[in-house]
Amino acid sequence: MNQFLRSLTPSQQVGALFLAVFGILVLASVAVFLLTLRERRTAHDESWQTGLSDFRHLLGRSWVMVIVFWIAWTSGEVMATVLFALIAFLALREFITLSPTRRGDHRSLVLAFFIVLPLQFWLVATRHFDLFTVFIPVYVFLAIPVASALSGDPHRFLERNAKLQWGIMVCVFGMSHVPALLLLEFPGRNYEGKQAFLVFFLVTVVQTCMLVQHLVSQRRRRPPSLPGISNSFHWDNWSWGVIAGSTLGALLSFITPFKPLQALVTAFVACVAGSLGHLVMKALKRDRGVTSWGPRDKSVTGANGLLDRMDALCFAAPIFFHSVRWYFGA
Amino acid sequence: MKRAWSPWAARALGWFLLQLVRVLTGAQARWYGCPPRAEQRIYFANHQSHADLVMIWAALPHELRSITRPVAARDYWTKSPLRQWITTAVFNAVYVDRERKGEGDPLQPLEQALASGDSIILFPEGTRGDGEEPQAFKSGLYSLALKFPHVVLVPAWIDNIQRVMPKGEVVPVPILCSVTFGAPIQLEPGEERRAFLDRARAAVIALRDR
Repeated sequence: MNQFLRSLTPSQQVGALFLAVFGILVLASVAVFLLTLRERRTAHDESWQTGLSDFRHLLGRSWVMVIVFWIAWTSGEVMATVLFALIAFLALREFITLSPTRRGDHRSLVLAFFIVLPLQFWLVATRHFDLFTVFIPVYVFLAIPVASALSGDPHRFLERNAKLQWGIMVCVFGMSHVPALLLLEFPGRNYEGKQAFLVFFLVTVVQTCMLVQHLVSQRRRRPPSLPGISNSFHWDNWSWGVIAGSTLGALLSFITPFKPLQALVTAFVACVAGSLGHLVMKALKRDRGVTSWGPRDKSVTGANGLLDRMDALCFAAPIFFHSVRWYFGA
Repeated sequence: MKRAWSPWAARALGWFLLQLVRVLTGAQARWYGCPPRAEQRIYFANHQSHADLVMIWAALPHELRSITRPVAARDYWTKSPLRQWITTAVFNAVYVDRERKGEGDPLQPLEQALASGDSIILFPEGTRGDGEEPQAFKSGLYSLALKFPHVVLVPAWIDNIQRVMPKGEVVPVPILCSVTFGAPIQLEPGEERRAFLDRARAAVIALRDR
């Protein structure tokens, strides 16, 4: 089996990976479908019902995410970058919607959406790695307050600018590091053309960490560690999530250019960054008095709370990218 | 020659505008008080931006869009040939004079549209508001309700649109907006003009926090 996989070309290997993931999703969907048939005959308690409906939602989301990644991979690096730019756009739109802005912020917002965002992803696609890591933290960090100051409105100036800069940092800077993984090169490790595995590795590890944390917190009702910020966060549940994510990372080391121990450490770093980043976004939401970034009701646009699902990835991607690049000289 | 391509251009522009509004604002419609139904209606909403007209037009389902005509201020929307063409060919708007000029009744075009069976979208404040609360409603809504008692009056609250394109700006920014449609109201027998208008305004404001 292993010999056979090694004999395939890189793109065949990635294809096999998607085949495996689609297979797992099909099996899970069939299983859930059979369960819903059975449910009509036997009476179950309510918690079982809600558990099943939760799982179906999760499955639906996983389908969407996997299909999106599959499209990104089949259509090449440029299309993948465009796709992640689109996700960043929708996430930033949700973030700005819930951050109160004033008329004076209009020019800054135009700058953020129509100049900073496309430019950042263009820098990624054209491999300007040295510029793309400093473009937002240095240049945009100074340009946004200048645009706001030129509008001549001093009311809550620092607060407004901080919010906008946070939104750009998380939604644009963080998200742009996911397609950047596709362009990393590992000299001497025979990893050319397999970078899609690295994106898969990061997404799987971080999402597993979040999922395990969520499931454990549902199973064991503990009093929350930080009730002011989250109703579900508890350090024990968090540890389980990070342990699960890191272990999976070590197990998946064969699809990465890392040795198992290195994979464990990089996965650990990504999980800690992602899960704590999610906590930070929860704090921001609490500050605004909402429970999710999406529109208040079920949306017809499909952009319902996208940021809730992507925020962990937005925090994990830059940390993962830079630690890998620093350690492996990629 | 111009006539020949004009309907196609209008259709293409309409499609483009619809997609643009969806990308920028999500164009989310929330039907809380009534379902979207093809009966004759007057939608009345708060007015904060010129984009209100486009927003509520985009939020309506496709089937209702073709039988619903927004009311547009004549002085603003006929200022240039392009604006006039967009409001006529794409939105099928009804023009209304904001200032009473001479002898003519400013409601005449609206009455004509209602008499021919169309639904209309009305902004009873008459002009764009600046603050949080809508201004007092003008009496047009009352006169129309009196004259067309069978037409259903649906209040609507357009949220966030003033942030997309504040007064005096040209480039819109992407911010999620929504249009909330509330329960229809009726003109009670013998109800005073001012009382009815205040009640209609309260019905619109009540949708803000839904």
